[in-house]
Amino acid sequence: MKQILVEEIITAVEKLCIEANYDLGDDIMAGFRQALETEESPLGREVIDRLMENAKIAHNERVPMCQDTGMAVLFVEIGQDLHVVGGGLTDALNEGVRRGYDQGYLRKSVVKDPFERVNTGDNTPAVIHYNIVPGNKLHLVIAPKGFGSENMGALKMCKPSEGLEGAMQFVVDTVDKAGGNPCPPIIVGVGVGGTMEKATFLAKEALLRPVGEHSPEERLAKVETELLERINKLGIGPQGFGGRTTALAVNLEVYPTHIAGMPVAVNIGCHATRHKEITLEGRDA
Amino acid sequence: MADVIRIETPLTQEKLAQLKAGDNVLISGVIYTGRDAAHKKMVEALARREVLPFDVKDQIIYFVGPTPAKPGQVIGSAGPTTSGRMDAYSPILIAKGLTGMIGKGLRLPEVIKAMKAHGAIYFGAIGGAGALIAKRILEAEVIAYPELGPEAIRRLVVKDFPVMVIIDSQGNNLYETGKAQYRRA
Repeated sequence: MKQILVEEIITAVEKLCIEANYDLGDDIMAGFRQALETEESPLGREVIDRLMENAKIAHNERVPMCQDTGMAVLFVEIGQDLHVVGGGLTDALNEGVRRGYDQGYLRKSVVKDPFERVNTGDNTPAVIHYNIVPGNKLHLVIAPKGFGSENMGALKMCKPSEGLEGAMQFVVDTVDKAGGNPCPPIIVGVGVGGTMEKATFLAKEALLRPVGEHSPEERLAKVETELLERINKLGIGPQGFGGRTTALAVNLEVYPTHIAGMPVAVNIGCHATRHKEITLEGRDA
Repeated sequence: MADVIRIETPLTQEKLAQLKAGDNVLISGVIYTGRDAAHKKMVEALARREVLPFDVKDQIIYFVGPTPAKPGQVIGSAGPTTSGRMDAYSPILIAKGLTGMIGKGLRLPEVIKAMKAHGAIYFGAIGGAGALIAKRILEAEVIAYPELGPEAIRRLVVKDFPVMVIIDSQGNNLYETGKAQYRRA
């Protein structure tokens, strides 16, 4: 049995919250560069240029790339042979978010109650997804999620008879309806299968996959490619000003489901789809 | 890329009549910030026949909730928020003389109707370019509703603030024309 101190977890989360908001991923920058080659709209190319400049300013001057620094979403994989010492794991993760949003001058965008809507003042609580895995390590992914794009997501409990085409049409329609709202060029996360909540989780998790990396399953990779083509024919373009680059990537994840159903979830990530990760090693007790 | 048009606030009817959907515009002068909560408070104040925190006539409201300023910064990152959430309130402010809105994303027909009836422009700033846009803001001062934090109303002085005309006072809409131009059925 290895152990890890909560202080180490808090410090790691604090750092990741700040880095995620200041440093856009290389994969998205590469996606921008590629889009500049193919974008037909002059206005669209200008938008992409400005987005790249924005990302560079954020990185160099250590400021958030976007004012919506998001609700903190955490994906946590904890080894079953690791013992967290000095406090609760959930408390430590939230404390890390609290410190990161304070120290990084990030916006506090969380309200305590969806109806009463009073700001919690420290961007907690985070949304935390746990997974218990073999081993003695702790893997943390921080994905701050802005709500311009989050609000454009959708779920449809499709009938199995609607098939692959029905699922694909729902994805394309969801992106079409969103227009310029989610700050295109977007990353489209798609989750199909499982139950209602499993599909939405998969759609969110799909946003973590780097832009340009396809599903390892060839049949799914083909679906991703077709979806990206169909989405980029919609004409929405960068910022919705018209153009060919509506999405940089479509990432699809699937899961076994029930004989009677086919849940399809779409989670849209903006051009600043942020995520940073770290693996913490346990020490001998 | 069309030529850049420079305008100074206040945005009078005379100035806005020249602007067309798709125009690339740089705004200089005073503009005001407001998002959902501030709009709600302003519209409620009008319903109680109270005066607004600032006279909206010929003014521009920027839909933004910035990040906290770091020491030495005028303002934190300050890109536009989704305008659709202001749709319920914008027509009321437009009727009071508001002539400009800066945001991102789609607007409802009711807003466009009010813009055509009273003369107003909907500008789009680049969503997510908060670090870039902040560099064009020279001064920022909270003038109302400080309890709203990032959502408080701020008076900004901007220089060459980059926007596109999305919807002009005739109702022409770049989101429709731009999309139609590049759509492949």
